[in-house]
Amino acid sequence: MLSSLQRLGHNALGFFQRLGRAHLLLLRILEGQPALVPKFSLVIQQLYSVGVLSLLIILVSGTFVGMVLGLQGYNTLVDFGAEESLGVIVALTLVRELGPVVTALLFAGRAGSALTAEIGLMKTTEQLSAMEMMAVDPIRRVLAPRFLAGFLSMPLLAAIFSAVGVLGGYFVGVGLLGVDQGAYWSQMQANVDLYDDIYNGVIKSLVFGIVVTWIAVFEGYDAVPTSEGISRSTTRTVVHASLAVLGLDFVLTALMFGE
Amino acid sequence: MMNSRLVEIWVGIFVAAGLAALFMLAMQVSNLSTYSNDEGYEISARFQDTSGLKVRSPVTMAGVTIGRVKNIHFDEQTFEAVVTLRIEDQYREVLPKDTSASIYTAGLLGEKYVGLEPGGAMKVLGQGDEIRLTQDSLVLEKLIGQFISRFMDDSGDN
Repeated sequence: MLSSLQRLGHNALGFFQRLGRAHLLLLRILEGQPALVPKFSLVIQQLYSVGVLSLLIILVSGTFVGMVLGLQGYNTLVDFGAEESLGVIVALTLVRELGPVVTALLFAGRAGSALTAEIGLMKTTEQLSAMEMMAVDPIRRVLAPRFLAGFLSMPLLAAIFSAVGVLGGYFVGVGLLGVDQGAYWSQMQANVDLYDDIYNGVIKSLVFGIVVTWIAVFEGYDAVPTSEGISRSTTRTVVHASLAVLGLDFVLTALMFGE
Repeated sequence: MMNSRLVEIWVGIFVAAGLAALFMLAMQVSNLSTYSNDEGYEISARFQDTSGLKVRSPVTMAGVTIGRVKNIHFDEQTFEAVVTLRIEDQYREVLPKDTSASIYTAGLLGEKYVGLEPGGAMKVLGQGDEIRLTQDSLVLEKLIGQFISRFMDDSGDN
């Protein structure tokens, strides 16, 4: 009885300690951001591995998600004789929800796990300690540029996802199913608002970018320095980042669109 | 390690593609391109019932959008709705004075819009003028109510 209570307390304390460490790390990463300006090549290197290498999966999934939306939307709308609204459905779904969310999930799987594994391995092989020996702050040198790169990549990737998805929906709706081409675009333009829909989608993807990279970087930095520890941290990154994205998405949607 | 020039080129492509996608979303997908640039002139029309009409609903003549609803407000003196229409500048001094305005529905479930029909007068509408001839928005409930009451009357006669 007492020992199970003790275990509960131990776990709770451990949880809050991790939470505290994560916030302290975020603070130190943010402090390190101004120092990145003269060494922007570090960020460019990370933009390549975080952003450019995620491009392919984003392009392919964006196209297919848009195509599926076009197909499903058409089949539902045609019953009401409202297939002209297909463009609205595809664009709003992508810009408001699927663009930021699916991109963030793919980003957590593709880039987040890689970040965690890389930093975790650096820690295990004591590269981080070696840096500290040379009076190089690993947080500023290793973590800060990765964080900034993730923060910058996410909105760009989400925008690419949405744009490609709209084109995929166009291909299926207009090209294959015969929706009027003018109606597809004009209805979309009449019903998608720049501020309400597109800006809010960009804000969502910025928030997701911060959260996913933060979790990935923290899990790597906080990994138990063994091969098993790294594998656990990588799994935790994907699971926690995905859950955080889905949970935050609800909160953000309620704030932005629920009136 | 890839050489840094190639990395930078790829990052440049990535950033350019991302910005292009944002630009496309803003210009092609959203309503930015249809934002009225405050040009044009305003005319008003009074309706008994504007239910369903919204600010930014299209104003059409012969099916072509020539303007948008700018404002809808309630006149507490006459208990009517006053709708302000902003007509694009290229149609200045074109609409006859006795143009009539009606509120129509696009399709059975579509959005409401204001349809203008030209009259025959030589004088034209200018800034601040009011359209005299209006026809209200069709409310389905009222129509069904009328239909049922007429049906009841008919069956009573027989």
